[in-house]
Amino acid sequence: MRINSRIDDTIRYLLVVLACVFVMNGCSPKDDTSVAKTDTIQFIIKNKGSDTMVNLAQAWAEQYTDVSSTASVEVSGGGSGTGVAALINGTVDIANCSRQIKPKELELATQNTGNVPQEFIVGYDALAVYVHQDTPLDRITIPQLAEIYGENGTLTKWSDLGISHSDCPSDKIIRISRQSNSGTYFYFREALLGTSRDFRIGSLDLHGSKDVVEVVGRTPCAIGYSGMGYATSHVKMLEVATDSDSPYYPPNLENVLAKTYPIARPLYMYSLGEPTGEVKMYLDWILSAEGQQIIEKLGFVPLESKPE
Amino acid sequence: MNILWKKSATNLPFFETAIELFIRLCGISSIIFVFGIFFFVFREGAGFLFNGLDLGQFLTSIEWQPTSLNNKRYGAFALIVGTFSVTTLAMCLAVPFGLGAAIFVSEFCSPKLRETFKIIIELLAAIPSVVWGFIGLTLMNQMIIRVFNAPIGLTMLNGSIMLALMSVPIIVSIAEDALKAVPDSYREAAEALGATRWQVIYRVLLPAAKNGLLAAVLLGAARSIGETMAVLMATGHSVNIPSGPLSWIRTLTATIAAELGEVARGDEHYQVLFIIGILLFTITFVVNLIADLVIKGIRQES
Repeated sequence: MRINSRIDDTIRYLLVVLACVFVMNGCSPKDDTSVAKTDTIQFIIKNKGSDTMVNLAQAWAEQYTDVSSTASVEVSGGGSGTGVAALINGTVDIANCSRQIKPKELELATQNTGNVPQEFIVGYDALAVYVHQDTPLDRITIPQLAEIYGENGTLTKWSDLGISHSDCPSDKIIRISRQSNSGTYFYFREALLGTSRDFRIGSLDLHGSKDVVEVVGRTPCAIGYSGMGYATSHVKMLEVATDSDSPYYPPNLENVLAKTYPIARPLYMYSLGEPTGEVKMYLDWILSAEGQQIIEKLGFVPLESKPE
Repeated sequence: MNILWKKSATNLPFFETAIELFIRLCGISSIIFVFGIFFFVFREGAGFLFNGLDLGQFLTSIEWQPTSLNNKRYGAFALIVGTFSVTTLAMCLAVPFGLGAAIFVSEFCSPKLRETFKIIIELLAAIPSVVWGFIGLTLMNQMIIRVFNAPIGLTMLNGSIMLALMSVPIIVSIAEDALKAVPDSYREAAEALGATRWQVIYRVLLPAAKNGLLAAVLLGAARSIGETMAVLMATGHSVNIPSGPLSWIRTLTATIAAELGEVARGDEHYQVLFIIGILLFTITFVVNLIADLVIKGIRQES
């Protein structure tokens, strides 16, 4: 997807360059027609950030071309940190973020650009815990996950969880994680371990939400976490409970909206200062019923205030 | 300034002088670039390197926790081990194949076959590393799982095979040039003395082309150490001291690639990544220096 958006970017740049060439060549008034078409798009909204949200942002941007004839949206991924960094440098209009902006980043952005970033919650994402489809395990608790992923954790083998995993002869749990700057990594770590404990090193740190699910789907010994929208037929999503005394909930729409599924998080978009003009129109559209419909289609959870 | 003007005679026409100056500038530009890059990398990392970083921990600890909230640890030992182990294994795979192929192409091939071979080898060199990474992530991953019955195929072995495939073309083309540079009179003399073909190669050609062959191997190794994308995708990218070819590892280069995009400029973590850059610079510098010394030593001997 990221490659797609790059290609799209490139095509757009080429179009812009072509348009410029036409404008330069067309000093004579006859060439009006070729200019007219590109003329209608007056504003390009630059949108960058979270890898979790890149498919979503792309879908919004594509749909938005039908809605607005005056603005188009350029989407690129790279991770929440990348988006915020671009916001701080003032090079994007909207930053996508799968975690909340840090106070230090907020301060930096305000200092650098003179505008206070405004926060919009555009939907919710449930982090599903994935295992290979043949794993004889259906449910897990947060403390168990903490012992699997956390430093000095006590659960390193599938038999420690009380199951015998015939497809995994080594019995060793292979932990699939994300690169240490991803918003997903930050959120999962905090949800499992709070702020005082780190992940154990030695996990496979993959570079995208989709990669995690793909590798888990090929590896019977693996456990991984990623947005629930990325599920495939090769993996299984575990039901999760806050602790061993609480009920288990599968990650789905109802449970996220009811706030019973324990590892769900809001997805954010940040604009530089109070949004105006085209940027405001875009954000309003995202929050409208039409925009929220798209979020549901991609496996995320729409805002509860506008479910119907 | 002296080297720029040293030779320009006063009676040359202006155009000639300008061209000469331009060519001189091109000649020294590489030096300027190398120092410029080194300066930049050093400047970005220096603040933390001299003030705050525990160098002992950096070089000996395996705890790489750059984004910990209250206990950041920058231990790069596992990354250093990862880089060296994957490169060593890659060279073990690439050197026999590379040198063997070079000997075949230069000594046994018919001229027509040789041209075809060279074109194909150059084609191999032109494949972008991200494509190799993709092959590692999908095809080689499955193969390693099936052949070795490993739980996961994203391993040091996978990365090494990719690196070997990438450095073989370099080794072949440079080694082949080195063998070609051995005068035919050597071969003729050896054959006249009744040496078999194998003896000619083993006793005459290889010693005569020693410098060039060594350069070929070292350039192949340098390519492996610096390679990023393929190892990022194929080795599992896991901070881990490998216990064998089927362990997953993480390299210095892949760490920079994976993390630099998302750190805040000037942050401690950002500076540590540049310190890793300095470390990589130092490693390649030492490798090149050793190569130079070895080659010089060989030269003085003969």
